[in-house]
Amino acid sequence: MTTTSARPTQVHQAPRAPGARRLSARLLATAERPVWQERPRASTQGAKSGGIVVILLLILFPLYMIVVTSLSTQASINQAGGMVIWPHGLSFGAYQDVISGGVVDRALLISLGITAVGTAFSMVVTILAAYGMSRAGSFGHRTVLWIMMATMFFNGGIIPLFLVVSALGGYDQYWALIAPSAVSVFNIIVMRAFFANTAQDLIESARIDGASDWRILWRIVLPTSKAVTAVIALFYAVGYWNSWFNIMLFMPSDSSKWPLQMVLYDYLTQNSEMVNSAAAGFQSAAPTLALQMAVVTITIVPVLLAYPLVQKHFTKGVLLGAIKG
Amino acid sequence: MSTATGEHRGSAVAESGTGSLSATGATGAVRRSRRRWYVRLRRDRTLLIMCLPALVLLGVFGYAPMLGLVMAFQDYDLYDGILHSPWVGLANFQQLFTDPGFLHAFLNTLMLFSVQLVLFFPVPIALAILLDSLLSRRLRALVQAVVTLPHFFSFVLVVTIFNQVFGGAGVLDTYLRSHGVTSPFDFMTDPGTFKFLVTSQLIWKEAGWSMIVYLAALAAISPSLHEAAAVDGAGYWRRLRHITLPGLKGITVLLLILNLGYALTFGFEQMLIQLTAVGPGAAQVITTFSYENGIVAGNYSYGAAAGLFLGVTSVILILAANKVAHLFGEDGLYRK
Repeated sequence: MTTTSARPTQVHQAPRAPGARRLSARLLATAERPVWQERPRASTQGAKSGGIVVILLLILFPLYMIVVTSLSTQASINQAGGMVIWPHGLSFGAYQDVISGGVVDRALLISLGITAVGTAFSMVVTILAAYGMSRAGSFGHRTVLWIMMATMFFNGGIIPLFLVVSALGGYDQYWALIAPSAVSVFNIIVMRAFFANTAQDLIESARIDGASDWRILWRIVLPTSKAVTAVIALFYAVGYWNSWFNIMLFMPSDSSKWPLQMVLYDYLTQNSEMVNSAAAGFQSAAPTLALQMAVVTITIVPVLLAYPLVQKHFTKGVLLGAIKG
Repeated sequence: MSTATGEHRGSAVAESGTGSLSATGATGAVRRSRRRWYVRLRRDRTLLIMCLPALVLLGVFGYAPMLGLVMAFQDYDLYDGILHSPWVGLANFQQLFTDPGFLHAFLNTLMLFSVQLVLFFPVPIALAILLDSLLSRRLRALVQAVVTLPHFFSFVLVVTIFNQVFGGAGVLDTYLRSHGVTSPFDFMTDPGTFKFLVTSQLIWKEAGWSMIVYLAALAAISPSLHEAAAVDGAGYWRRLRHITLPGLKGITVLLLILNLGYALTFGFEQMLIQLTAVGPGAAQVITTFSYENGIVAGNYSYGAAAGLFLGVTSVILILAANKVAHLFGEDGLYRK
C-alpha cells in the first residue's frame, strides 16, 4: 500500500513500555498527529477501537473456533455441545486420523498437485503471451490482444464448454481441471503492461547485439519483473487451490479423484460419510466434529501460508498499479 | 480497473528503426507497405510464436464454446453432435421466455443483486475511511491483513465457515439451545433471509479486498486540503463530508458502474453451493438455471439458450456500463 508512505508525517516510535505492554506499545506505535488535527474525544477513540476489535473478531473468531475444535478431545466437544470455544485438553487425533485415513490425504495431494502443475503451466503460457505482445509496434500484437480480450466480454457459457471438454475426452480427467481455466487474460494484460515498461533501452541494446527474444525474456525481462511474476503466480495458485465448480462440472461423481475443495463441499452438503468413514475404517478415537474441522483447517492452511507473500507485495503497490493500469 | 494498459506508448518510434531499412529505393507506396508488412511479420515471428499457446487455449476453451452456442437453435443430441442435430429455430427461446422457472430465476437474480449492491457497496468505503483514520501504521497493516484474508478463501470454505457459526449444528444454534430456545432460527436454510445471508457472506469475504482501492484513493487526497480546512475551523465531520467523500466520488462511481455490468452473472458459485440447502425458490439465478437445465437435466440446448441470453445481455450491460463510465470521464474496463 502506498497509503502510509504518501503521508508527510514522520513515524515516531512510542516510548517502549516495559514487560507485557511492550507488544501493544509496538503495535500502536503511531505516526505523529499533524498539528492541525484535533485530538479525538475519548468517546470517539473508544468507539473506533471497539469497531476495530469487532471487525477483527468477526473474521478471526470463526477461524479460531474451527482450529480449536479440530484440536479438541471428545470430552470437550461433548461439554461444549458442538463447536468448542474454550478448549480443555489438546488432541492431534483428528489430524492423525484424517491424514492416514486415505481420503483427505489423497485429496490433499491431488489439490497440491493440481495447484503446482496448473500454476507452472499457467505461468509459462501467461509469461510467453505477455512478452509476445509487449513490444510496441511489433507485428499484429494489437490484433492478438483484441482476440484475447474479446473472451473477457463474451464467452460461450457452461454448457458448450462442458461439451467441448467432453468431446476432447476430458471428463473425469485431471487436465480438465487445469486447461480450461489456465489462461487468465486479465493476468496476461497486467503482466504485459509491466513487461512493456521494463528496461526498454536494455532490451533494445540486447537486440542490437543479436540476442534472441527467448534470451531477452529469460535474461532481462523476467529477472527485472520478479515482483509481478510472484504476485501473478500466487493468484493463479490461489485460483487453482480454491477452484470448485470445474470439479463439479468435469468430475462430479468419481470421488476417488476429488481434490480437497470437493471433499469439503461433500462434507458441507451431505454431512459427509466420506470423511467419517475415512476414520471409521480403523477405529478412530477422534470425534467426528473434530475430523470435519480438521478437514476445514487443512483447506485453510495453504492459503494462510501463501498469504504473507501476497501481502508483502501489496505493500509495494504492485497490485494497485495493476488495478489502476 | 483499466485493463487496456500500455496502448498509449508511442509505437511509431520503435517501429521506424527496422521498418525503414526495407523501404529504401523509389518503390511505390503500395508495394512498400506490403513489403513492410512481410518484413515485420518475419522480424516478429518469435513474438507471435510466443502468443500461440495462449491463443490455442483461448481458441479451444473460449472461442470453440462460443461457436457451440449455435446449439441454442437446435434440438441438440449428444450422439448427433452439433453438425447433425436438427434445427429448431427460436423454439428454445420461446420456451425460455414463457418458462416461469426462468422468469423467476431472472427476477431473483435482479433482486439478490440489488440487495447485495445496496448493503455491500458502502461497507468497503466505510472500512477504508476507518482504516485511513488510524495513525498507527502497524495497527493499520494488521487490520488490513486480516480483513483482506477471506478474499483468498473459496466460496465452499466461506459457506462452510458460516455453517459452523449460523448453521443447524453451529455455535450460535448450540448456544441458543443451551439457553432454553427450543428451535432456534436456522439462517443457513431459511429462504426468506437468504438474500441477507448471501450479502453477509459477500461482505465477510470481499469487503476488505474492495477496500484497498478506496484506500489508494484516500491516499491520493492531498493532506494540505485537510490542513487548510482544519485551519479554517472545519471539524472532522465537515472535512469528511466536503473533502474525503468528494475525493472518493470518482472511484465510487466507476466501481458502481462496472459492478452493474456484471449484475446478471452475479454469484454463481455462491448460489450453486447453497441451492440444495435453501431451495430454488430463493437461490435460483440465471446461471444456476442454465447449469441445472443443461448439465444436470441433460437438456443441453435449453441450457445453452439460457446461457446465450445471459451472454448477450451481459455484453450489452458491460458495454453500456463502460460507455457510462466514459461519460463520467473515467476509464472503464477499457479506454475510450
